[in-house]
Amino acid sequence: MAALTEEQALLQEQAKSWVREEAPVAKFREMRDSGSEHGFDKATWASMAEMGWAGILVPEEYGGVDLGYLTFGVVLEELGRQLTASPLFASGLVGTSALVLSGSDAQKQAWLPRVAEGSAILTLAVDEGPRHAPSATGLVAEEKDGGFVLRGSKTHVLEGGSADAFVVVARTGGEPSSDAGISLFLVEADARGVSRQRLVTADSRGHARVDFDGVEVGSEALIGTRNEGAPVLHAVLDRARAGLGAEMMGVASQSFDMTLDYLKNRVQFGQVIGSFQGLGHRAAGLYTEMELARSCVEAALQALDREADDVPALCSLSKCKAGEFVHHMTNEMIQMHGGIGMTDEFDAGLYLKRARVLEATYGNPAFHRDRYATLKGF
Amino acid sequence: MTDPSAELEAFRAEVRTWIEQNFPKSLAGRAGALMGGETIDDSQREALEWGKRLGAKGWATPTWPAEYGGGGLSQTQARVLNQELDRAGAFNPLVRTTGMGITMVGPTILEYGTEDQKQRHIPRICRGEVFWSLGYSEPNAGSDLASLQTRAEDAGDHWVVNGQKTWTSGADISDWCGVLVRTDPDAPKRDGISFLMIDMNQPGIETRPIRLIGGASPFCETFFNDARAEKNEMLGEMNAGWTVGKRLLQHERQSQTGATSGLGGGPRKSLGDLAKEYVGVDEQGRLADPDLRARVTDQMMEAKAHALTLARIAAEARGNAKVSAAASIMKNAASTIAQKRAELSLEIMGSQGLGWEGEGFEKSELDAVRNWLSGKAMSIYGGSFEIQNNIIAKNILGLPENTQRG
Ligand SMILES: Cc1cc2nc3c(=O)[nH]c(=O)nc-3n(C[C@H](O)[C@H](O)[C@H](O)COP(=O)(O)OP(=O)(O)OC[C@H]3O[C@@H](n4cnc5c(N)ncnc54)[C@H](O)[C@@H]3O)c2cc1C
Repeated sequence: MAALTEEQALLQEQAKSWVREEAPVAKFREMRDSGSEHGFDKATWASMAEMGWAGILVPEEYGGVDLGYLTFGVVLEELGRQLTASPLFASGLVGTSALVLSGSDAQKQAWLPRVAEGSAILTLAVDEGPRHAPSATGLVAEEKDGGFVLRGSKTHVLEGGSADAFVVVARTGGEPSSDAGISLFLVEADARGVSRQRLVTADSRGHARVDFDGVEVGSEALIGTRNEGAPVLHAVLDRARAGLGAEMMGVASQSFDMTLDYLKNRVQFGQVIGSFQGLGHRAAGLYTEMELARSCVEAALQALDREADDVPALCSLSKCKAGEFVHHMTNEMIQMHGGIGMTDEFDAGLYLKRARVLEATYGNPAFHRDRYATLKGF
Repeated sequence: MTDPSAELEAFRAEVRTWIEQNFPKSLAGRAGALMGGETIDDSQREALEWGKRLGAKGWATPTWPAEYGGGGLSQTQARVLNQELDRAGAFNPLVRTTGMGITMVGPTILEYGTEDQKQRHIPRICRGEVFWSLGYSEPNAGSDLASLQTRAEDAGDHWVVNGQKTWTSGADISDWCGVLVRTDPDAPKRDGISFLMIDMNQPGIETRPIRLIGGASPFCETFFNDARAEKNEMLGEMNAGWTVGKRLLQHERQSQTGATSGLGGGPRKSLGDLAKEYVGVDEQGRLADPDLRARVTDQMMEAKAHALTLARIAAEARGNAKVSAAASIMKNAASTIAQKRAELSLEIMGSQGLGWEGEGFEKSELDAVRNWLSGKAMSIYGGSFEIQNNIIAKNILGLPENTQRG
């Protein structure tokens, strides 16, 4: 990444060597093959927390280091490179940003210090159907005795099986599919009426369906203002998208490096296959795409740190371009490796599967093209 | 004078009656479900039984000569047979259960085999009694197949084979394997290769299944340690294996042009219908996501153009059953279109199109993911996408080879 501060550069080095030594893709494979219940290795997660990564976005008064989104992105990219599995993104970025942006002091006090030290996992429960549609929330929160009762289901909740609490997107009013009337609630996973079912996905990570069957919460569970949760939700999602952009850059750059290495070493017809123009030109094209996508991702992360006006457009841009690139890159990785790319023993398939999950999470490229057009006023 | 169209209609009636009497209706339209899975249940046993009947009639290999157990049908009659099978939702299980027997090995034996080889091998393929694999690729000889190192030495009354093959589909379950071996190490690469048919049930052959990214293990590393091949099992002349082997590959490409799905069994749900189901429509009935709508349309148009081209090639080549260079074009088109379709299916299903196993996903959703993964191989096997393009550039367009060797 370009234009890093000294601190960020140091963290990048730390992340790079830690991931390479402690959490390389072989470790992810081990986790997958062990049939891990939550889709990550506890010890790996503990050492990430120990290094303070879960508190990168948490303000100092709540036990974090408050280093911002570009810093978080630097770490996520390194994790993406080796497919390191953990709740860091869901908890330290998505869940945390909801509380940082809109939580009450009591909510922050109760959760952020634990999130920062990695002893609690916080995640966002937003989508209810197979396609990302944040404003289409149908989960209802009805007022009762000064509190609320939540009824409905959320699907593909990241780290939904291991989370200690959910930021739940609920409808307290307004028309279906409208932003008006959306509220956010902080609901503990062991609250009565919450149940979850693991979803075993192609990327072997921790996704779950979570049902809220008449879950009663007090008014203190409301995050921010009743019926006015939508702007916060969109801001949280944009932060999440920028983070996903960084992770996708990691997955894609590693795929690029592995492929380039293969082009330089695999010999057929008495020459390295990279000398065939049919492959060399495509590698050059992928490299170009990679550089363009990287600029978008960095710009989105920097805009978040600057609290710039064009955050939504840049986050959609970055989610779209990084998503398109990781899609193309993982397909080309398989193709250019020939038979070996199709084998489970080789890592290419792991990157391919993770890529498709990242592409779809919080809006695929088509979703973000549409949103970009809307933001640009056409 | 007999009226050819009346004759054909009589044949159609005969076929229809035969299918009605022999094809279990419970299997209709279930080719994919029945011929894919790894375990065998009752309806799969029924499918195998149906395959036996089809094989005994010779109709699993409709255009092969009747004297060797084929159907002895003309191309036109075979088309009628296919139409009727499709109409009944029936399919040809033997395309799968003979491995590469029907699609590749059989046609090549019919073309190059001795009378003795035809009599010994062809009827067993027609009846679906043997599973054939193909040992071409080696760790260092993939696209550059002519670099293969596995060698066969003359031991008087038989050949002794030593070496390693890789990516051998179905080697672990095959009865016979068509193996390209080096018989003259001193000749120029392509001139020292022979095609041997090797009985896989012997101690000199070891197979190690390799798991694919889609989870299944259909291919293997295959090791030959002083394996034995009989003298009468060389297909074609000694040291002419390159020609025989290439011819077989043309049959492979032909089978991958999309001209024959290989399974039949009725139409799949169109991408458009799938998208309507998952994405929904607006007031005018248009897909709710216009971006997706445009890309689905694009894929459907390409698929239609491909189908029309196949039909045009068939019309132009009527009566001439030879496989041509067109197979290279059509193989690349077919794999591109199929892979695009698989990607779009996943995108349409959204997070439901990312499941691996277990609860929370429909079987059709899990199948879509596995098919998406296994379909990535279409542009790798049978001569990769790039190798087909090299062939098109060189053999069809007459462009010089330049640095694009091979
Ligand atoms: C699912 C599956 C089943 C298979 N089944 C069988 C089987 O039953 N029997 C069998 O013998 N083999 C089988 N194969 C092997 C298959 O034929 C080879 O994988 C294929 O020939 C490519 O060889 P390779 O894997 O060594 O890749 P390589 O030849 O190393 O190719 C690597 C990359 O370089 C490209 N490349 C190579 N040469 C050139 C060139 N001159 N110009 C431009 N690009 C080039 C390739 O297209 C590819 O993208 C199977 C493969 C798969 C994936």
